[in-house]
Amino acid sequence: MTIGILSVQGAFIEHEKMLDRLGVESIQIRNKADLSKPIHGMILPGGESTVMGKLLHDLDMMETIRQYIRNGLPVFGTRAGTILLAKNIVNSPAVHLGTMDIAVLRNAYGRQLGSFHAVSSFDGETQIPMTFIRAPYIENVGEGVKILSTVNGNIVAAQQDRQLVTSFHPELTGEMAVHQHFLNIVERSMKV
Amino acid sequence: MENNRYGLNKELAQMLKGGVIMDVTTPEQAKIAEAAGACAVMALERIPADIRAAGGVSRMSDPNMIRGIQEAVSIPVMAKARIGHFVEAQILEAIEIDYIDESEVLSPADDVYHIDKTKFKVPFVCGAKDLGEALRRIGEGASMIRTKGEPGTGDIIQAVRHMRKINAEMRRVAALLEDELHDAAKKLEVPYDLLKYVHENGKLPVVNFAAGGIATPADAALMMQLGAEGVFVGSGIFKSGDPQKRAAAIVKAVTNYQNANMLAELSGDLGEAMVGMNEGEIELLMAERGK
Repeated sequence: MTIGILSVQGAFIEHEKMLDRLGVESIQIRNKADLSKPIHGMILPGGESTVMGKLLHDLDMMETIRQYIRNGLPVFGTRAGTILLAKNIVNSPAVHLGTMDIAVLRNAYGRQLGSFHAVSSFDGETQIPMTFIRAPYIENVGEGVKILSTVNGNIVAAQQDRQLVTSFHPELTGEMAVHQHFLNIVERSMKV
Repeated sequence: MENNRYGLNKELAQMLKGGVIMDVTTPEQAKIAEAAGACAVMALERIPADIRAAGGVSRMSDPNMIRGIQEAVSIPVMAKARIGHFVEAQILEAIEIDYIDESEVLSPADDVYHIDKTKFKVPFVCGAKDLGEALRRIGEGASMIRTKGEPGTGDIIQAVRHMRKINAEMRRVAALLEDELHDAAKKLEVPYDLLKYVHENGKLPVVNFAAGGIATPADAALMMQLGAEGVFVGSGIFKSGDPQKRAAAIVKAVTNYQNANMLAELSGDLGEAMVGMNEGEIELLMAERGK
């Protein structure tokens, strides 16, 4: 199994290290040529969504990735990655990949002074530490989207088929549960 | 889990990695920078080249001017405080700035002490020419480091020197025996635990960006290949012929800094680069401020 990690900007090395610890191979995706390499899943990391969205567009990668996701490639977005996948960004006219039926609020907790740590349950059982850095949250979800986690009543993790998003950063806390959850999605997709 | 501000502040810097932080002086410039792909902007009244040209004492920018820029963009906004001027830092914290740059570009307010950055909730980035400076600033609470370069010159030589020096010193520290670390910490005048971190991990405990004199996509890629985790571009963008195009090209160069074919393409038709001045022509060495 090989996971492609979008590496145009942001905290991609942290995801690489997580996959390393889980014994999974990964490659960095920096330009269109990298997208022709075989991958079984893709991670969209944290960073600045405006930067990543622009680079996906300028480097001519947006449409290819969108098609991959529509064709069933499992994808996991953390924070900025969540914004890239959202069909609707409540406080911005921009839509990037727009493949997931969720509405997100960017910088929902304000500026850096609003960043925080929390502990909450993920996928119904595991209590895990969560790091929110100038984070968004998901304001509402469409049909077929499963809510996996909430903090203070706001949705912070969700899944729609093979698309998984979190508005926190499991790659920063070293918490494996969310990455493992994603790898399970990838594994199931490879059996079909 | 407790809300560990220092941890959160280091983590914000991690999100900026692989990105370009651009100096802007107006909301319009801030919007151009954001549209070009800046991962953050540095709000200041005058860019370093103009500070250098104007001479005189240079201070924190007008908070209302900074607010204007905060309202104009959705990406993080940074602003500069003078070295040691903790009240300027308090004011910047009060307007909820995302990052404070305790910067040698402004006139230092204190020639002995830097700001005690552990007293603040907002994060700080500080400049460093060598490993000693970097670890002293981290010891004082900085959650991000950048090279000092020589701001406002468009000459990359000092940023290169600082980055190479920090990296060479880290390699040396990594090669020391553990019982040699106490003496090394004494000689470098740095906290022992931070030096031990470098010894064990071969890197700084915080993110390290390049700054000072970056004017072209090639300059940015050079700093990335030398080990920078992202770049600050000050005068290089808005002192050039076509800021929008140059800014976007530098952003792409940082993403694909090892891809010479792409760099060749990005470097073409950018209009005039900032004129700049060579190291030997500089009268005021800003990098010598605050050690």
